[in-house]
Amino acid sequence: MSDQSRRKLITTGVAVAAGAGVAAAASQYGLIPPDSGGVYGPGETLTYAAQRILRGQSPAREFPREKISKAPYANGKPPADKLFLSHQANGFVDWRLSVDGMVSRPLSLSIEELKKMPSRSQITHLACEEGWSYVAEWVGVPLAHVLELAGADLKAKYVVYSSPKIQRGRYDSMDMAEALHHQTVVAHGMNGGELPIGHGGPLRMRVPRHLGYKSIKYLATITMTDSVAGIGKGKGSSAADAGYSWYAGI
Amino acid sequence: MTVAFLAMLVTGVEIVISHPRFYWGEDGNVNMPALFQLPTPASRGSVPTGYGYVLPDQNGWSRYLHFQAGWVLVITGLVYVLHGWRAGHFRRNLFPAEGELSVGALMDVLKKHLRFERPAEGAPYNILQRLTYLIVVFGLVPAMVWTGLAMSPSFTAGFPFVVDWVGGFESARTIHFFVTVALALFLVAHIAMIIHAGFKSRMRAMTVGVKETV
Repeated sequence: MSDQSRRKLITTGVAVAAGAGVAAAASQYGLIPPDSGGVYGPGETLTYAAQRILRGQSPAREFPREKISKAPYANGKPPADKLFLSHQANGFVDWRLSVDGMVSRPLSLSIEELKKMPSRSQITHLACEEGWSYVAEWVGVPLAHVLELAGADLKAKYVVYSSPKIQRGRYDSMDMAEALHHQTVVAHGMNGGELPIGHGGPLRMRVPRHLGYKSIKYLATITMTDSVAGIGKGKGSSAADAGYSWYAGI
Repeated sequence: MTVAFLAMLVTGVEIVISHPRFYWGEDGNVNMPALFQLPTPASRGSVPTGYGYVLPDQNGWSRYLHFQAGWVLVITGLVYVLHGWRAGHFRRNLFPAEGELSVGALMDVLKKHLRFERPAEGAPYNILQRLTYLIVVFGLVPAMVWTGLAMSPSFTAGFPFVVDWVGGFESARTIHFFVTVALALFLVAHIAMIIHAGFKSRMRAMTVGVKETV
């Protein structure tokens, strides 16, 4: 073997070992998103891992009251099925938020119960992947508090959350860092009033460090899990199943 | 790099037509007046365009490809800048040479340029080229990356000044659009001039760097 080809072999070997090491470490620290496969997997994984490392747990920007948009935009139409309309007719008193999966105390919470819990008010920016946006004040219970009440296993990898399947079939998931972030809230109020139905009332998962589609409206279920493989098409999100990236922090 | 740029351009257009309205400041949506609106149909029914039909929605893959091509551009761009710095490419070939910035010299180059005189083979970049390339490399491309990052809710959580300094999320989006137009115009002019100067020899000089000996 000539010197040159030996050198080449050693460099290639080192590169492969380094690559494998980086991949193993990334997986160990949960830096691989559920949609890491396919043609766009490399870019998506780079974005997710780089942003996780760079931004850490720093908060989304919060604004003074005068920055609240005069005209927030409620995208899409509210559910029109019978069950939702009957919930709406009696003021959502029978609406329940279930918390299950890797928890020691599964919960079924009413809106009243949630409103009595410690809440957090935050004026944040919501941007849609389409490019429009608004600033609003949201009031809600930090998700971390709900998870603590349920005795959630914090070693789980994802929190999966959804609207009632019967209505819109929207679901999404987030990593534990996002779930325990102090600005991630189960919102029940907006701009000084109840959360309007157009904006996801009675409950919306508000995830301000992500684009709007991560903030699932008509929230009804929260499930702690280690794998999103069995849900929908296995990409952890109805948006990802429809071809959008799972990580919505861009 | 050109391939990645074209990927960025095509997917960028696809993304923009899902909401072809632009705003200034932090917020903007169809309930608010637009700064301006592009005369195009939209790929979402929620945007009033006056066209009466909705284009197919291509946002999913467009966004995936946009950000992947972004990584390719940023990585090759960094290699180019580092190499250009170390090899003295910027100092020798891009920064204006002595005396080139005087009014007389500028007018002279401009006159030749407007007469479509072909440059001599192997001639150094003239002052107009140098200034244009400098603006692209150190002005427009960094502005694209900056305003792109300013639209990321997660990135700006860690680095809020990136969006605050450009006046807000919607301002960043509007600047991103105008710089895109500038870069697209540069690419068209750049390719037109390469063809004018002799396509084969220019491509050879750009890639393998050997001058033609005819």
